[in-house]
Amino acid sequence: MFDLTGMTALVTGASGGIGSAIARALAGQGARLAVSGSNAAKLEDFRSQLGGEHVALTCDLSDGAAVDALVPQAVEALGGRIDILVNNAGVTRDNLAMRMKDEEWDQVIRVNLEAAFRLMRAAARPMMKARFGRIVSITSVVGQTGNPGQANYAASKAGLVGMSKALAQELASRGITVNCVAPGFIRSAMTDVLPEVQKAALTQRIPAGDLGTGEDIGAAVAYLVSREAGYVTGQTIHVNGGMAMV
Amino acid sequence: MSETADRVKKIVVEHLGVEADKVTEDASFIDDLGADSLDIVELVMAFEEEFGVEIPDDAAEKITTVKDAITYIDEHKG
Repeated sequence: MFDLTGMTALVTGASGGIGSAIARALAGQGARLAVSGSNAAKLEDFRSQLGGEHVALTCDLSDGAAVDALVPQAVEALGGRIDILVNNAGVTRDNLAMRMKDEEWDQVIRVNLEAAFRLMRAAARPMMKARFGRIVSITSVVGQTGNPGQANYAASKAGLVGMSKALAQELASRGITVNCVAPGFIRSAMTDVLPEVQKAALTQRIPAGDLGTGEDIGAAVAYLVSREAGYVTGQTIHVNGGMAMV
Repeated sequence: MSETADRVKKIVVEHLGVEADKVTEDASFIDDLGADSLDIVELVMAFEEEFGVEIPDDAAEKITTVKDAITYIDEHKG
């Protein structure tokens, strides 16, 4: 089950905590990857850890022209095909809405939402030709529940869900599925910086009693991109230990 | 019939799965040949590939009949 041998994938934000776990999960199931990130050295380091015949493609997702070039680069590097796109890269610029700067809003929307749209638009073309494709975007529990200080981030993550549902309807007849995975609180660089007191308070709200791991997210993505998940589209899998049941 | 017309019609037949004799030059992709908007996007992609032309979105929107496609391609192919 869920064998990805012979499939190729582009994963953005692949050198981060959740992104690297997603990349490992897909590579572990046999997919050949183009891993993308903004920090060339960190990305190359991760690619060499992955081993195999995976490729690294540095890309600044706040640069529209660079984003538009990324899918064609991946297709070329992966031997002319892209079966899987995972929009994982995301940034936060937290601030109370009343204090939020235009740049903080713009940066988050541009990287988290607009780049994902540009990549989907570009990937849809080769996927339509192949009559097969799997697109998964990593959203967040916060896109569903909101979170003070994250008006920009919550908007971008909720936006991914609506956008994915629209695209899912456009592309379903061509064998392309479009879904989301919504992590709750996951052990990562983003949550490591939280004070212990806050982590303890957070954990109390999670029925499972602990933060999740990148592997929990990787497993959900590996399912959605598999051939077996072909009848699942326009959905969001919430991976959050029960902290929000939607 | 021009060579372009032959190749365009062949692509239309293959992509839309319609009878060749229905693909007249006056046939509208949507009204006569049962295409939907996504089919048109795919047809345009196929024309681009077959003829090595680039059909920008604003031009693609004006291609509604078989004849429109043939005319555009004849005017723009290298």
